Amino acid sequence: MKTLVWVEHDNASLKDATLATVTAAAKLGEVHLLVAGSGCRAVAEAAAQIAGVGKVHLADNAAYEHGLAENIAPLIADLMADHDAFLAPATTTGKNVAPRVAALLDVMQVSDILSVEGEKTFTRPIYAGNAIATVESTDAKLVITVRGTAFGKADATGGSAAIEDVAGPGDAGLSSFVGAELAKSERPELTSAKIIVSGGRALKDAATFEEYIMPLADKLGAGVGASRAAVDAGYVPNDYQVGQTGKIVAPEVYIAVGISGAIQHLAGMKDSKTIIAINKDEDAPIFQVADIGLVADLFKAVPELTEKL
Amino acid sequence: MKIIVPVKRVIDYNVKPRVKSDGTGVDLANVKMSMNPFDEIAVEEAIRLKEAGKAEEIVAVSVGPAKAQETLRTALAMGADRAILVETDAEVEPLAVAKILKAIVAEENPGLVILGKQAIDDDSNQTGQMLAALLGRPQGTFASKVEIDGDSVAVTREVDGGLETVKLAMPAIVTTDLRLNEPRYASLPNIMKAKKKPLDSKSPADYGVEIAPRLKTLKVSEPPVRQAGIKVPDVDALVAKLKEMGVA
Repeated sequence: MKTLVWVEHDNASLKDATLATVTAAAKLGEVHLLVAGSGCRAVAEAAAQIAGVGKVHLADNAAYEHGLAENIAPLIADLMADHDAFLAPATTTGKNVAPRVAALLDVMQVSDILSVEGEKTFTRPIYAGNAIATVESTDAKLVITVRGTAFGKADATGGSAAIEDVAGPGDAGLSSFVGAELAKSERPELTSAKIIVSGGRALKDAATFEEYIMPLADKLGAGVGASRAAVDAGYVPNDYQVGQTGKIVAPEVYIAVGISGAIQHLAGMKDSKTIIAINKDEDAPIFQVADIGLVADLFKAVPELTEKL
Repeated sequence: MKIIVPVKRVIDYNVKPRVKSDGTGVDLANVKMSMNPFDEIAVEEAIRLKEAGKAEEIVAVSVGPAKAQETLRTALAMGADRAILVETDAEVEPLAVAKILKAIVAEENPGLVILGKQAIDDDSNQTGQMLAALLGRPQGTFASKVEIDGDSVAVTREVDGGLETVKLAMPAIVTTDLRLNEPRYASLPNIMKAKKKPLDSKSPADYGVEIAPRLKTLKVSEPPVRQAGIKVPDVDALVAKLKEMGVA
């Protein structure tokens, strides 16, 4: 089987989510990559270094700069004439583009796969991860999004794939990019952080979230996450949200501070290697999944912990 | 302008799903069902656009069993004007739902279709994007803000790195994220009034759409269960544990 993998990037560097998707694709067959963007040859050159990659398709066009699905999906659909499966990481970019590609190909997408069980058989989470479905596609071609935490990362070096320029249909004239407010942070990105400190509603407000969570995260070199309740209450922006509809994370250590452990939150972090929970309510559901629990008032325990580390 | 809002009847947000012992699916017998939370946000957004004078009519659509009528009545009680139920007891995949919606769009000619970004049962996150592709129209997915300006709509999207705004030519498809709005509760008088609002019943065949599934579900199983670990008495003990793990 010949696969085409969407390379996630910002026109300058390749994002880690790509590497797990390459691992999933390699289980199906030959791996080709697509780098679509503007002024993104450096990304294609980095992508060509990924171990096990057969070819890199480079579509360098202003219409592809911001990943607009209206422009990108027809490009991918064209390339799929020569490929059997399209795989994208289950990031907001992948989730935006892949179903549009699937519909153009008249294919029912397999979303957010956790494993490859056979040529056309996959497992995927349903009901916020409270059940795992094993599904088999009957379509001629496959369109798949891949949960990054479920697959190891392919080696970023060791390959030497050829780069082939592709033109693509260009601007569909339906949509345009207006602007972005992207969080700038010195801290590790949530989906690739080894340690995450996450805060919940118990943090009270934005100022106390900053005052209690950030120093602990800085001490540990950790990424910072939050429960939906904390994001909805405006303590932190949306890109901090861990959960069923936010980011799915699986760090080595996940420290949940003042998070009760709603089903929706657990869906986003329960594959973490070690879960540590600090909560004053000893009956909080978070303790049912925590490896190490501390029943304590976070406003006392967190500063003490930060100091003693 | 007309707005179409597709809604899905799903397991209630607060119910913990249980996998059937024979591994065929999730047990939905005698389980509380509700409107998919993202679809409630979609209905609310449509109503706010109508209240702001940007839209004249809101048509709620559901593809599902006879009981999905209740979900449509909820949408009508919130403020939708009329409803269409495309009735089937089969499980309909996002691709087939998108095809049915495409046919409804062709009949109704809406300026916007607003729908939830994903249903909390199958967690597919596909229908809106597929509908946009089939119609050859633009999509504003994971919306946290929707602003209509003449014949285009600016959609602010929740993306992994923060927020992004795109401008779409209408007609357009918008899918909702959590922070777009807070849906209202239907008042009792509105619930009573909703019973009299028109609700058309159709079938997938009326739209000429083949709904046979493309994905075969071979098995549904419980996820691996995490065992609760230990509790430590104080911060010192937690620090000691972290040091043991090499974290500190």
